[in-house]
Amino acid sequence: MRYAGIDIGSRTIELVVLRDGEIIETKQADSGFDPMAQAKELLDGVKHDRIMATGYGRHLFELSLDAPTVTEIKAYAVGARFLFSDVRTILDIGGQDSKAIVVNDNGRVIKFEMNDRCAAGTGKFLEIMANTLGYSLDQFGVEALKSKRDIQISSMCTVFAESEVTSLVSRGESRQDIAMGLHRSVVRRAASMLKRVCVKEPVLFAGGVARNDCMLHLLQEALKKKILVPKDPQMVGALGAALLAGKKDCYCHGSLPEKA
Amino acid sequence: MSEDYKSMWESLGLDLGAHDALLEVLGKGYQDIYLAQKDRPEGMSYFDFVMSEVHGLRIKELMDEKAAGRKVIGSFCVFVPEEIVRAADATFVGLCAGADFATEEVEKLLPRNTCSLIKSAFGFNLGKVCPYIESADMIVGENTCDGKKKSYETLKNLVPNLYVMDLPQMKSDEGKALLKAEYLRFKEAVEKLTSITIDAERLKKGIEIVNNKRKAIHRLAGLRKADPSPISGLDALLANQVFFYDNPVRFTESVNKICDELETRIEKGEGVFPKGTPRILLSGCPMAVPNWKLPWIIETSGAVIVGEESCVGERGTRNLTDDTGNTVEELMEGIVDRYFKVDCAIFTPNPDRLDHIVEMAKTYKADGVIHYGLQFCQPYLMEAMPVEKALEEKNIPCLRIETDYSMEDVGQLKTRVEAFVELIK
Ligand code: SF4
Ligand code: SF4
Repeated sequence: MRYAGIDIGSRTIELVVLRDGEIIETKQADSGFDPMAQAKELLDGVKHDRIMATGYGRHLFELSLDAPTVTEIKAYAVGARFLFSDVRTILDIGGQDSKAIVVNDNGRVIKFEMNDRCAAGTGKFLEIMANTLGYSLDQFGVEALKSKRDIQISSMCTVFAESEVTSLVSRGESRQDIAMGLHRSVVRRAASMLKRVCVKEPVLFAGGVARNDCMLHLLQEALKKKILVPKDPQMVGALGAALLAGKKDCYCHGSLPEKA
Repeated sequence: MSEDYKSMWESLGLDLGAHDALLEVLGKGYQDIYLAQKDRPEGMSYFDFVMSEVHGLRIKELMDEKAAGRKVIGSFCVFVPEEIVRAADATFVGLCAGADFATEEVEKLLPRNTCSLIKSAFGFNLGKVCPYIESADMIVGENTCDGKKKSYETLKNLVPNLYVMDLPQMKSDEGKALLKAEYLRFKEAVEKLTSITIDAERLKKGIEIVNNKRKAIHRLAGLRKADPSPISGLDALLANQVFFYDNPVRFTESVNKICDELETRIEKGEGVFPKGTPRILLSGCPMAVPNWKLPWIIETSGAVIVGEESCVGERGTRNLTDDTGNTVEELMEGIVDRYFKVDCAIFTPNPDRLDHIVEMAKTYKADGVIHYGLQFCQPYLMEAMPVEKALEEKNIPCLRIETDYSMEDVGQLKTRVEAFVELIK
């Protein structure tokens, strides 16, 4: 049997296909302006017996393809435990949201937090700031790590932070130092979210932002805990959905079990 | 018939264009949220009718009562004792509103960071779309949270018939004495307005009417202990909302009729959702019509709401008023005793509320509690933290939600609520 999981985020869509508990295929695409069309294209020619959707666009998918859905929270928890069976905390910083999840010894979600409505503390924030400083997203973390001096960035709001950065640049501060300050501000926010759920070790860092080495370094420093990063940090949600699609008792929202 | 209403609305000074727009939104919301539900009790058709006529027939009734010399008294809080209003043959209506309206106008008078409940009351007033406000002979404001009590200073310029009631903030002897003094002052004001002297017999009658209404709601609440729940949380909330508008005797009959039907359902093991559906207790700020956002999200996310720890719910209707006294004095004492127990978050400290939430979670066999705090509502948002702690100590999962009347956060709320439902299953 092949089980697929699709994670329809606001920025990207990920697809994972499992056969006999092994990942046999992973795919990714931008969400674009029409996430459903993108999702369908991604699925084109991909064989699967069952599929489950997660992520921000899961309900659109549920409606148009009649597939069961699961929240990102549970999908990330399940995916994370599959990759590292002893994970207790998951931090996901994605394109437009971030979340912290704590699971118990059996992998059951016991508490979670999500960021509020704005882009502060998400991948989008880093992306915009990299842009303002004239770095590519890949360079951004690498350059930040070369910083020699601490600069405090006080604005969390993307709009204010942008003007703060501009004035720091015009004051002659080094771009690397500013980049570091920006990374620190995102980590502070992530760390406070993690503290609210009472972080337990080991911590898995997932989502696109986990590929940024500077973020990982600062997070380790802030939490003083063991942090794991999977090979494909963006696939954790889709993987979790695929695993759940394989479970018989998979719970689907919207389409409640038939009445007894 | 609607032509009739038009002239009635016009005579009340409503802005007909804006009012039409409001009714359209209300009707659409009701259609999508209420009528879309499955397996509703037949008795709910009464409430469907009430809602469809909430600005029509019900207002006509109020106008007829007014023509017959009765007064209409509006209130923003469950601390305003309805018993006294009924004792003077006056009609009591809740004025809280649950939708944003004329926000730009409102923000000329109130700071942006005022809770939606207050803004909405102003919006309905400024936009001239609420026939209840317009038909009220007296509007009672009360000194509860800072937002309300300061906004009444401004509201007074808009509604000259505003009467402000002071309320205690602590459950002390002095606090109780203040409540008593204020209720006596209110009684006099009502007597003056209606030209009726409230004697013991009248007061007893007033207490009886309101107690009967509460008893019917208690009965309804009790039936929700069953699994499967015989009625949706949305429908039960609606009954609690209509509690504030309807003719009390007719309301009591209608709720009791629904309860008869629900009892039959329970006997047959029937419900609105399958047996074993995760059960949620909703706790926090009051939800006024048409603020159905969060309950609707919850009940379309695979859970059922089994109780409301709210002023539009059990906090508002808990405890009957003692009617055994024989003198006005004794009966007033009973009224003061009853209301002094209301555990609103404006009181400090307020330990009773934590106990009640834990107790309700157990009574209604809730699998988890969702705490609803309106953005910028300090009393309830602050209390949400100790609520969460008290529940976690008892191993009852709790999700804290902070939101307002806008729809822009629906997607995010849905994810949170669904994840919470997955967690408590
Ligand atoms: S929450 Fe407090 S202020 Fe609001 S209606 Fe209830 S008792 Fe009154
Ligand atoms: S919701 Fe909170 S802030 Fe708003 S009126 Fe009620 S107690 Fe005051």
